[in-house]
Amino acid sequence: MSFITGVGLTSYGKHEGSSSLDLMSKAAELAIEDAGLKRSEIDGILCGYSTVSPHIMLATVFAEHFGIQPSYAHAVQVGGATGLAMTMLAHHLVEAGVVKHVLVVGGENRLTGQSRDASIQALAQVGHPDYEVTLGPTIPAYYGLVASRYMHEYGVTQEDLAEFAVLMRSHALTHPGAQFHDAITVADVMASKPVAMPLKLLDCCPVSDGGAAFVISREATGTIGVQVRGCAQAHTHQHVTAAPALSELGAEIAIANAKAASGLAISDVRYAAVYDSFTITLAMLLEDLGLAGRGEAAAKVRSGHFGRSGAMPLNTHGGLLSYGHCGVGGAMAHLVETHLQMTDRAGKRQVRDASIALLHGDGGVLSSHVSMFLERVR
Amino acid sequence: MSDKLLDWTRGVEAIVYQDCGACGKAQYFHRSFCAACGAPEPAEKSASGAGTVYATSLVCRAATPETRAHVPYNIVLVDTTEGFRMMAHGDNDLAIGDKVTARYEPFAGRLVPYFTKVN
Repeated sequence: MSFITGVGLTSYGKHEGSSSLDLMSKAAELAIEDAGLKRSEIDGILCGYSTVSPHIMLATVFAEHFGIQPSYAHAVQVGGATGLAMTMLAHHLVEAGVVKHVLVVGGENRLTGQSRDASIQALAQVGHPDYEVTLGPTIPAYYGLVASRYMHEYGVTQEDLAEFAVLMRSHALTHPGAQFHDAITVADVMASKPVAMPLKLLDCCPVSDGGAAFVISREATGTIGVQVRGCAQAHTHQHVTAAPALSELGAEIAIANAKAASGLAISDVRYAAVYDSFTITLAMLLEDLGLAGRGEAAAKVRSGHFGRSGAMPLNTHGGLLSYGHCGVGGAMAHLVETHLQMTDRAGKRQVRDASIALLHGDGGVLSSHVSMFLERVR
Repeated sequence: MSDKLLDWTRGVEAIVYQDCGACGKAQYFHRSFCAACGAPEPAEKSASGAGTVYATSLVCRAATPETRAHVPYNIVLVDTTEGFRMMAHGDNDLAIGDKVTARYEPFAGRLVPYFTKVN
């Protein structure tokens, strides 16, 4: 058994003058307070990485900065899947009795701490140094390649992809912490500047400053418990050149193993939190996970299926595409929002029923996957 | 023991891959072993430069001054006739499924493989 006992999230966007440690600390403080714990009760720390302030021992740097002396601490690096990978590890650590309360934290001043070019260039390095990076690709280009192939095989159009950007923006409009608060249309997405075709500016998540944190504990600390029911990973490749066929990507493997670990099925899921670095990422993952039929996710967006009042509310905070993406913290916001929904604390964004949630994270170029089921228990 | 063949990553107009004598698998990222079966010393071979376009992405926003001078440039994944997939540049109007052949073009101070359509 493990429970997510507290969550903390800053607004995403510009935090001028805040360091990565500042943003991590802010989120950590919120999460510990939310769990009803004292700092001294945290005996484990897992943290991500910061491209702005790289360090070979970020977890102990953070622990010292934050003022705690954990019995277990280290960093985890799985790109965009880091947040859920840390949560999975924390789950196993508390289940194994290694620690009682693990603080999982990510934060980075990625927007104001370095130039956009520096961010784009740093991230492009997930490519192969000899056989890919020398060709001048960018992260959008890696995903643009995948998008071109996915659209070709399954008849998905650029207008279909645009629906996901519009949906995430409509959700962000209702969250004061989101980076973007201007409504957009499919026409706006189609008219936005080309970045790496078929992906245009509004198909891409922004670069943000922000921080997010959770506490994972052996016992629930509140009246409503959010329990980790089961989770699994899959890692099929690192570089897009070495990726398997679209029908053999890691999301399908991870979700199959997470279903087995949790004893749950997609039909049990009431709320979805799915990685959305680009519109294509979200479209593909929804279909790989079985939350939509192949090539049918966009139609489900149009019919309201993934809206706040729909049958499968999705990323109700606005996701990476519109809440923002500060690196490791980016996709951790998905879990924070899921927790708020599951504990009836999402305010005007509250969905009817978030009793069972499915979360999915992706790192690299659909390289690393983590699927996780959470269940609300009283 | 096969000799190391130089390829475009070393400034030579060639695409070199490795061919496993044990399992027959072709691999593009060079290693001292076959990643499919683990057998040592796969043979180094020069590819013909012929292949089929698997995916494309026209880069319109580059991240460095050197690459920005070239926008837009088309990044392509090509399935070669020798059985490995590679990333390269290509004509801006290439479509998935096009039969292509490689030549070499300067890009950001280096030489890169560049695919054009064949009929």
